[in-house]
Amino acid sequence: MMRTRFQQGLEELRARLLRMGGLAEQAVDRACQAYIDRDLSRCNMVLEGESQVNATEREIDELAFDLLALQQPAAVDLRFILAVTKINSDLERVGDQAVNIAERVMDLVELPKADLPVDIPRMAAAVSAMVRRALESFIEGKAELAQAVLEMDSVVDRMKDEAFITLVKTMNERPDVTRQALDALLIARNLERVADHATNIAEDVIFWVRGADVRHNVAPEATVHQEVTDTR
Amino acid sequence: MGVGIRVEKLNAWFGKTQALHEISMEAPANHATAVIGPSGCGKSTFVRCLNRMHETIPDARAAGQVLIGDLNVYNGTSAVQIRRRIGMVFQKPNPFPTMSIYDNVAAGLKLNGFRDHRRLDEIVERSLRFSALWDEVKDTLRKKSGASLSGGQQQRLCIARALAVEPEVLLMDEPCSALDPISTGKIEELIFQLKERFTIVIVTHNMQQASRVAEFTGFFLLGKLIEFDKTEKIFTNPSDKRTEDYVTGRFG
Amino acid sequence: MNSTHGSTVTVIPISLWRRTMNLVVTCAAAGSVILVLLPLGAIFGYLLYRGFGSINWAFLTQTPKPVGEPGGGMANAIAGSVYILLIASSMGVPVGIGAGIFLAEYGQNRLGNLIRFTADVLNGVPSIIVGIVAYGLVVLSQGHFSALAGGVALAIMMIPTITRTTEEMLLLVPNAVREAAYGLGVSRWRTTLSITLRTATSGVITGVMLAFARVAGETAPLLFTAFGNQYWNWKLNQPTAALSLQVFTYAISPFDEWHRQAWAGALILIVLIVFSVSAVRLAASRGMLKGAN
Repeated sequence: MMRTRFQQGLEELRARLLRMGGLAEQAVDRACQAYIDRDLSRCNMVLEGESQVNATEREIDELAFDLLALQQPAAVDLRFILAVTKINSDLERVGDQAVNIAERVMDLVELPKADLPVDIPRMAAAVSAMVRRALESFIEGKAELAQAVLEMDSVVDRMKDEAFITLVKTMNERPDVTRQALDALLIARNLERVADHATNIAEDVIFWVRGADVRHNVAPEATVHQEVTDTR
Repeated sequence: MGVGIRVEKLNAWFGKTQALHEISMEAPANHATAVIGPSGCGKSTFVRCLNRMHETIPDARAAGQVLIGDLNVYNGTSAVQIRRRIGMVFQKPNPFPTMSIYDNVAAGLKLNGFRDHRRLDEIVERSLRFSALWDEVKDTLRKKSGASLSGGQQQRLCIARALAVEPEVLLMDEPCSALDPISTGKIEELIFQLKERFTIVIVTHNMQQASRVAEFTGFFLLGKLIEFDKTEKIFTNPSDKRTEDYVTGRFG
Repeated sequence: MNSTHGSTVTVIPISLWRRTMNLVVTCAAAGSVILVLLPLGAIFGYLLYRGFGSINWAFLTQTPKPVGEPGGGMANAIAGSVYILLIASSMGVPVGIGAGIFLAEYGQNRLGNLIRFTADVLNGVPSIIVGIVAYGLVVLSQGHFSALAGGVALAIMMIPTITRTTEEMLLLVPNAVREAAYGLGVSRWRTTLSITLRTATSGVITGVMLAFARVAGETAPLLFTAFGNQYWNWKLNQPTAALSLQVFTYAISPFDEWHRQAWAGALILIVLIVFSVSAVRLAASRGMLKGAN
């Protein structure tokens, strides 16, 4: 195997992205758990973890940039590095959304508990699953797993739309819980955004693995190409 | 002005060893086609079969169809005639050492019986302009010998010499491998301009050069053509794993 | 061997033994050069000493006087040598160069090896035998001694040297130059003559000069062919005087007068050879013979 330095660089890039993925996933989970438990300390953990997410994003971008400049990657290696930079950016946004959710939760905790007809935990679980599966598809380098994530997106979209309708109705009928409803609405929207980012990550994995651009629902120019299993 | 090259089932041997196996591909007119592959894969042999230079090696032979436009290279036309329509630039610049710059450029014509001296002047100037060397040598055309130029200039002189006989196709066998990056850049720029009038086939072991210069690329391995496609496809998403392994540097 | 530790450099001195050996071998080499040049210097010096006094205008312009009479010169011998050498060159040079071209370009096979072998053998044939062969071939069939026969004998001696040198010089021309010509659609024979040969010109000339210098002083081949002549001769089919012949004849004669003239003749011969070789080398280095126009 030639190009040891380059292979090591790719490995390092992969490891860092996985760490980033772990941080982002953890932030979302914490924020959702904080909502369920009305737990302020968890919210603070999310807010404190934000700086590490941002720092890791910078590290990954730097390493990717160096590899591009110095190693002239081609074909699958080039696609991998490009995919990593995009996934990196999506994961950072996921971190941002987790912070937004935490902030909404902090607001909710100070308000009296309102019984809202919306199942945020269920939506949170679905979104969390999407993020996890998207990261798995990256780890395994399997486009089918990524494809599954794409399909889950419409489910989450529907959940969000239902939550909107329900919460707007609640705000009209019970004006005293308007703020809580609004917070819940915003959390639902943040979750939907996280799902979108998970979808982006899945699309980037497909691009890396298949060399097919499946973004924006355009049918890929599929190639007869075996799955990339040894670029780990 | 250029014509394309179509190769069908080209085989070549050195004595008993087969160097090329059933190569079929098409280099479109007025485009540059790169031929890449690891050492010993047959890319130089392939290109030398296109203008029958392969035969100049004792015990070497080739068989198959090579069509330059409507001319079939392996069908009875004399090798000498063919080489006047297909020019060649070699890896190490090889200007004729005893001749001046002018004589070098004019050599292809003069040695083939061309006598019109006024036209010769025009042709020499035009060829040197084509190869971006005119401004550097126009005052010392007849005084300086071909071998007194720098490496990059010598190679451009060889290009001018090849162009002077007005071929339709230009074959380049690793033309920049003996040159520094600046000269290489100049010649790559040249290829870009030459494409308008000629068809170019360039052998290179520098993949980045292939990706910079050629629209089409063929990947050779052990005497076989593994993959032939648009350059961007070869370098972003090749179909064959062996191509990918070579292009990503996993071997070669 | 140097070793670097940080900023200090340790130099291990060269041992006394190595320095001594260095000196010894250098001296031996210099001594060899002197040894080689010594005979040349000695010859020149001695010839100058013995012959210079006898060179005068009469010597250079008159033909030999009959036996016993003082005076006379070797004018006809000088001219005759030049004449015979010209005849020899006109035959030997084209044949030699042609054979060299053949060997270099088309001779990488058994026929080529055979020709090379023959040339090497011919090179080693004693000059007297070459003379006898020329005698048999030319003199006997013509019925008289002649300048032509002398030229043939010398040509036979020139050919192997010219052939081998031409072949070597042509082989030294890098294949890239030939390929450049082929790539332009130049035919093989045209490439050989106009490109390869032209590139090797100075080397080929050197080979010709080597052969020329070698045969210029030959005596034995001329004994039975040119035979010598007391008078001027410009005809191809008559015996002709030659400097080397004349020196030989005078040297083995019992006359002091002739001995004196023999020394002078030898000096002239050496001077002529050195002069012609130097002239050609000068012309070659000035590029006049490179063939560039």
